[in-house]
Amino acid sequence: MIVVEDVHKHFGGFHAVDGSSLHIKEGSITGLIGPNGAGKTTLFNVVAGVLKPTSGKVLMQGEDITGLPPHELFHKGLLRTFQIAHEFSSMTVRENLMMVPPGQSGETLWNTWVGRANIRRQEEELRDKADGVLEFLTIDHLADEKAGNLSGGQKKLLELGRTMMVDAKVVFLDEVGAGVNRTLLNTIGDAILRLNQERGYTFCMIEHDMDFIGRLCDPVIVMAEGRVLAEGTIDEIKANEQVIEAYLGTGLKNKVTA
Amino acid sequence: MDFLNAIVAFANFVLVPATSYGAQLALGALGVTLIYGILRFSNFAHGDTMAFGAMVTILVTWWFQSMGINFGVLPTALLALPFGIIATIGLLLFTDRVVYRFYRRQKAAPVIYVIVSLGVMFIMNGVVRFIIGPNDQKFADGVRFIISARDFKTMTGLSEGLAIKASTGITIVTAIIVVAALFWFLNRTRTGKSMRAFSDNEDLALLSGINPERVVMITWIIVAALTTIAGVLYGLDKSFKPFTYFQLLLPIFAAAIVGGLGNPLGAIAGGFVIAFSEVTVTYAFKKVLKYLLPENLEPTGLVQLLSTDYKFAVSFAILIIVLLFRPTGLFKGKTI
Ligand SMILES: Nc1ncnc2c1ncn2[C@@H]1O[C@H](COP(=O)(O)OP(=O)(O)OP(=O)(O)O)[C@@H](O)[C@H]1O
Ligand SMILES: [Mg+2]
Repeated sequence: MIVVEDVHKHFGGFHAVDGSSLHIKEGSITGLIGPNGAGKTTLFNVVAGVLKPTSGKVLMQGEDITGLPPHELFHKGLLRTFQIAHEFSSMTVRENLMMVPPGQSGETLWNTWVGRANIRRQEEELRDKADGVLEFLTIDHLADEKAGNLSGGQKKLLELGRTMMVDAKVVFLDEVGAGVNRTLLNTIGDAILRLNQERGYTFCMIEHDMDFIGRLCDPVIVMAEGRVLAEGTIDEIKANEQVIEAYLGTGLKNKVTA
Repeated sequence: MDFLNAIVAFANFVLVPATSYGAQLALGALGVTLIYGILRFSNFAHGDTMAFGAMVTILVTWWFQSMGINFGVLPTALLALPFGIIATIGLLLFTDRVVYRFYRRQKAAPVIYVIVSLGVMFIMNGVVRFIIGPNDQKFADGVRFIISARDFKTMTGLSEGLAIKASTGITIVTAIIVVAALFWFLNRTRTGKSMRAFSDNEDLALLSGINPERVVMITWIIVAALTTIAGVLYGLDKSFKPFTYFQLLLPIFAAAIVGGLGNPLGAIAGGFVIAFSEVTVTYAFKKVLKYLLPENLEPTGLVQLLSTDYKFAVSFAILIIVLLFRPTGLFKGKTI
């Protein structure tokens, strides 16, 4: 699905991503873990077209998508969420979701002025869809609230909701679970599994919560200092000496071996 | 009776002119605020874009007049307006293509855009003067007054007259239509919403599949319409002289900033705040007070707070007060 080939991203002399290669298989939920500052978010930014890589290539289903702007990637079905939740703060939560879907007839300037009835019907469909998503995420009571007023965790849910509004092919989730309480975390986990199984979304998710990763992800990729350190199932990763040293710490090692 | 005369004098010399001037400033400030909200820079070429749009409209008006085409009681310029708008759209899209897009690709800092727009301003400035010359041009025709001072006096029997110029009426009606259409567009249509989304959070807009080049293009088209309409209305009301359009830059920016940059509603409010302050402060109140005060207290001076020569100082003063006490403007705009 997505192939990252020897991507480098330098900020001045600093090598945030330093030659990463990885492969995200179609239909998988791939976990991406690693210490803070490992370059995970930077790699996401490169894949999602927010940053141009210093060198290296990104392929999507065999097609070179390196350096394509984010809005074109969106129309190819590549979506991402932000580690620090973004929202259209002056719009309501529902409007935020209704902003997402592409390729409607309302999009041409001509159709803005004629064919209003058609647009209205589509708006209604969209609205129903948005309400469905909000209900699923248990934030339907906030539909008419200004998105800027949401709490940090609620904004994370909105981020996830955005990816549910369209038929995406591959979604990059940057710590959707961070700052969300346990019950909601399970809801999010269910949502991800369902999207994966029922709608065939491929996921790549950055997460620090090992239980959450363990429940959803196979395979798991570990990054450290801008490089891919290891790849494998969660158990393989947990047993990997290098990973324990770089990321998990010895506490977990004892737990695993015990 | 004296009281009524005072009110009429006040309306005639302050209320009516300030309303019409306010509407013109509001249209100008709307353009400035849209560019700031979407392209994220202060466009110094705005005044000269207004001059360009007005100039094309005037040339077409003269052409129509020479062919004997007119618009009855309304000024011929209104017929020529669409041509002015189309030409200005062409100019702005051309400028964007050859100038601004380069800096957009570079992800240039806002201050660079501002300086670039200064350069664009000088060029437009030169183009307008080259084509139509630096002098005053008259192009208003049609009926001059909706109510003339004399008619008003005979109608009401008051000694003060209230004159409402046709250009005032046209300005207000046009401004209402344009503002209503703009707000409908921004709030009700998908394209308008995507513009608001882009202004609100550019990163998220891009990742939501909104094409930035398209948003920018539509912004320029709307700005072209706004500037041309504002420029033509101002020209009909006063007269057309390229330099006055350059001078309008200050009150227009003051209006946009006072209202809150990036906030369309604020731009309108700001336009009226600036216009009313300017006209009130520079108006000689002697005439009004004459009716209100007993004879022995009648003012000997003009009771004019500020000479009209200093009217630009009013914009400056309001600007500074607002920036000191409410940097985001009256309506919450972006902090500058
Ligand atoms: N725009 C930038 N300019 C300079 N340095 C940057 C920039 N963006 C990221 N970095 C640096 O690159 C490194 C990797 O950052 P990144 O955000 O990718 O880490 P991360 O793996 O996502 O960490 P976390 O788990 O904390 O989110 C960090 O040291 C960061 O300081
Ligand atoms: Mg990160």
